[in-house]
Amino acid sequence: MGVDNGAEVVLRLDRITKRFGPLTANDAISFDLNRGEVIGLLGENGAGKTTLMNILFGHYTADEGGVEVFGAPLPPGNPRAALAAGVGMVHQHFTLADNLTVLENILLGTGSLLSARLNARAARARVRDLSRDFGLAVHPDAKVGTLSVGERQRVEILKALYRDARILILDEPTAVLTPQETTALFETLRKAVARGLSVIFISHKLGEVMAITSRVLVLRHGRLVGEVETAATDRHRLAAMMVGAEVTAPKLAERVAGPALLTLAGVSTPDRGNATGLKSVDLVLRAGQITGLAGVSGNGQAALAALIGGLEEPVAGTMELGNHRAAQWSPRAALGAGIARIPEDRHKTGVIADFTLAENAVLECYARAPYSNRGWMDWRAADGLARKIINTYDVRCPGPHARIRLLSGGNMQKLILGRALDPGPEVILANQPVRGLDIGAVNFVHSQLIAARDGGAAVLLISEDLDEIMALSDVIHVIYEGQVSPEFPRQSKTPAELGVWMAGQGFQGGEHAA
Amino acid sequence: MELFDILLSASFWAAAVRIASPLIFATMGELICERAGVLNLGIEGIMVIGAFAGWMTVYLGGGLWMGVAVAMFAGMLFGLLHATLTVPFGLSQHVVGLGVTLLATSVTYFAYRLSLPEVTSPPRIAPFQPLEIPFLSDIPILGEALFSQTPLTYLAFATVALVSLVLYRTPLGLALRAAGENPTSVEAQGLSVMALRMGAVIVGSGLMAVGGAFLTMSAFSSFFFEMVNGRGWICIALVVFGAWKPGKALLGALLFAAFDALQIRLQQTPLGAHVPYQVFLMVPYVLSILALVLMSRRAEVPAALMIPFNKGER
Amino acid sequence: MRLEPIANPSALRLFGLPTAALALTVVIASLLALLAGADPLATLGLILKGAAGSKFAILETLNRATPLIFTGLAVAVAFRARLWNIGAEAQLYAGAVVTVILGTGALGALPSILTILIIALAAMLAGALVLLGPVLLKTRAGVDEVVTTLLFNFIMLLFISYLLEGPMKDPTGMGWPKSASLDKAARLPRIVEGLRLHWGFALALIAAGLVWVLQTRTTLGFEIRAVGQNIEAARFAGMPVDRVLVKTALLSGGLAALAGFSEVAGLKGNLTLDLSPGFGYTGIIVAMLALLNPLGVVVTAIFVAGVFVGADSMSRAAGVPTYIADILLATSLLTMVLALRLTRARLRRR
Repeated sequence: MGVDNGAEVVLRLDRITKRFGPLTANDAISFDLNRGEVIGLLGENGAGKTTLMNILFGHYTADEGGVEVFGAPLPPGNPRAALAAGVGMVHQHFTLADNLTVLENILLGTGSLLSARLNARAARARVRDLSRDFGLAVHPDAKVGTLSVGERQRVEILKALYRDARILILDEPTAVLTPQETTALFETLRKAVARGLSVIFISHKLGEVMAITSRVLVLRHGRLVGEVETAATDRHRLAAMMVGAEVTAPKLAERVAGPALLTLAGVSTPDRGNATGLKSVDLVLRAGQITGLAGVSGNGQAALAALIGGLEEPVAGTMELGNHRAAQWSPRAALGAGIARIPEDRHKTGVIADFTLAENAVLECYARAPYSNRGWMDWRAADGLARKIINTYDVRCPGPHARIRLLSGGNMQKLILGRALDPGPEVILANQPVRGLDIGAVNFVHSQLIAARDGGAAVLLISEDLDEIMALSDVIHVIYEGQVSPEFPRQSKTPAELGVWMAGQGFQGGEHAA
Repeated sequence: MELFDILLSASFWAAAVRIASPLIFATMGELICERAGVLNLGIEGIMVIGAFAGWMTVYLGGGLWMGVAVAMFAGMLFGLLHATLTVPFGLSQHVVGLGVTLLATSVTYFAYRLSLPEVTSPPRIAPFQPLEIPFLSDIPILGEALFSQTPLTYLAFATVALVSLVLYRTPLGLALRAAGENPTSVEAQGLSVMALRMGAVIVGSGLMAVGGAFLTMSAFSSFFFEMVNGRGWICIALVVFGAWKPGKALLGALLFAAFDALQIRLQQTPLGAHVPYQVFLMVPYVLSILALVLMSRRAEVPAALMIPFNKGER
Repeated sequence: MRLEPIANPSALRLFGLPTAALALTVVIASLLALLAGADPLATLGLILKGAAGSKFAILETLNRATPLIFTGLAVAVAFRARLWNIGAEAQLYAGAVVTVILGTGALGALPSILTILIIALAAMLAGALVLLGPVLLKTRAGVDEVVTTLLFNFIMLLFISYLLEGPMKDPTGMGWPKSASLDKAARLPRIVEGLRLHWGFALALIAAGLVWVLQTRTTLGFEIRAVGQNIEAARFAGMPVDRVLVKTALLSGGLAALAGFSEVAGLKGNLTLDLSPGFGYTGIIVAMLALLNPLGVVVTAIFVAGVFVGADSMSRAAGVPTYIADILLATSLLTMVLALRLTRARLRRR
């Protein structure tokens, strides 16, 4: 898919600039998208990719610059105009209403709001056709709340296609997919391109950008820092462009595992609404070992994290923790047993945004000396702990009395990491510890986890990013619908082989078929 | 024995339907708001001002339907206030709702005192008269209960049908339901969450005010302080009891009104002589709490209820 | 339109907007006075004079502020934990009932100070128990406490009505539904002999100070704030969230009950159905205007009481309905929450 010079330009961005207060999120970004090509938009978290796409789609208005679609200027700040001009967007966080059916989600907003009825029959036929033509199998009358992550993404794409989108923008579309689902998505995109659609593929995953795009644009700190033909570059050079410097990810040195510190035997937990519970899970976390848990999101990772983190008790099976045996399992009991937790969603569960760094630092230990005494807080001790974490873990902040909401995601995560690691835990539960962080912060978190492992802690690393799991784990399990696969030693399985497990093959009615 | 007599009498069921009517309007109003994602605690005050505005219009010489329209308009004004504060500004729906209730109530009382400074007992108006539907009103029990009511009662039932139809059979209803579940789904399809939510709150508040107006224009024919007496809060419980579905909420309102009508009648029985009347009067409130307890576990709450939406944020 | 946060608001924004909110309230009051056919400036002057124009007026305002400090604290404590206690009215009456029961001879001949202390504690317990129901329904069954606490207000008033017409009816009351009067030993004395201000006011100030210390210095206060700001993070961090909510409810209910206690024991001497002209609901305004700060509650309670007392006296003189006070307070609540939001964010077209 080379770009010939006579190509028809379908989308032109002209010096788009967007500022949020002192921050320039997009700085005079210009590029063209041609008919029938897939371009990659590559950049770290916070490089300005999502802001740019929000401007293109009309969620935001650019402070300067303009957008042209098929030669006509696009009125700014109007998603409706973007849709009408043929721009379709597949958001990273799905924009679907769970209480509606697939068809209803697709129909939403397609006609006049004031028309008397929904024309469902014709629409259903059209959705069927699109499903078939683009390889997007999904039942039009299923409630979206019951669909898997992969199916939801198909609905998102169908929504755009139903509206005759000529330009598809996909924001981090593979973050939540198995390798096999990613292959199927690429197949769909190739079909779309063959029909003359154009695609902008936003990602920070180099391998996928290399596989599907013909041209790559690289964003860094809000600026367009490079534009290259995919055929003329490689992963290494793209990575350097993206980060602005050579970076080396921390590496895992060989190490012999120690004794089991946490053992699950046949553990089940109840389903919670749409969230699946655990189904007879066996799992051993050993000292000096990082155990990676791979899987598509929503397959019971939350239940396992809740169990180990103390928020959920097993209804069947046993959980053993070295020599600790908590009478009643709770977050506090888990902390007491030497389990450190890095939660999946740092904003929602990790910190209290309006509290200061000091208050957040003592969130887990405030009830014991020296931070409190007979019910009275000792704020000086809390400040001391905050200062220690700030210095040891390089948290960039105005000081222990600053509100934590003012910190960047990376610095917030460093505080959480410091809070978790400071007591010298035996077991570390790291649930999506680097989600949304830039590469500097990612490497910092990873090296701290490796250091803790080298120091003899047992680490459970839960991630949807298979690359992260494979790079960092001594042993790997796959989780699927609440079941956990047998243990696979490091590098014993290829990504494709793990992908087969992530899609549920290999699990048989609760019995493992190895 | 007497219980049977009561349950078999047509006048009992007619009373139940009558008692249910204002609740039906206000419950539908609240349901629309909540389906779009906004809890409207202004309901109690909006019912008060609706009761007053409708009654005052008729007292000043306007027609009955004019009164209903004025009440609705007054309710929509306070709905606009509520919506402006809670939707674009994203302020706490609890605080704003209670504030709107306090404001609407005090504005009503102020206006009442201003317009009738020297009156000790409020003047009466000629209220809506029952409208017997030919043939249907001749059906035993059912005829008197359902088809010999005032036009406002018929309007209440029509409102349920209309709300149901709009919610489930039109693009607008689809968008409203989506706005209360996941507003980003609405925004991503090029619709304005703000317009939908504000519209829902304004229209819903109009219905609440009509519910209030029913009290003065169809039930008591006069306005007095504290006449709404917690009916707004009861309607919030009815929305939960009805699992945010118009049909079920209607059933809830009728069931609730039947109990209310029953307690009024039981006060006149020998039982009433032994039990203090206050116990009977507590029944509606206790029932509402029970309804909440029974349904809260199972209820399908709109996922984005009470969560303000800001464009571009997730 | 979208709301965009302002990282570093200017001083003009921080102080100008709340001032503008207050000014807007005054403008609305003037319009209402005009509507009632009175001179706006004269009306405002009369309100001010009625609230603080004489020693008597000031004492009257402080007396009226006393129950509002208690209900304001009750609301502030509960809202801080994001526990929506709208039932301070019911808790107030629970406190008042207990005060009457214990204060009319049930305790025998104890020293006055001991009698008062026992009654106060019992009243707090009663108020706490009234809120315990809704809070247990919230933590155990997931029932929203806004509606349950609201409905409890109506149930409580009916219950009081029953008591006053039945078992607690004053036989010498000439048919009025009121209770017997408190014994002398059970009454709160005046702070200074000859001045019409009772010890309830001092008690309210002490309570405000204690709540402030609790919120800023103790682990429970830390827990309450954490649960209110982010209940999920608090639970994840190992805080006993349900227990914190129950403790908060007990404290809040107890504080609201003290309002009933101090009104009966300090001012009225008996219980009637109009003991509280909505002190429980007004407590919400008091607490919100104080930004839920316990020390701020004292200031806003006195302000709110001043508006009521001033409007009462103005109404008698100028003929503007006294409900102008309620309108003013509801307006100031709404304009103030809006002003505070606008100090931290601005609305942009897109």
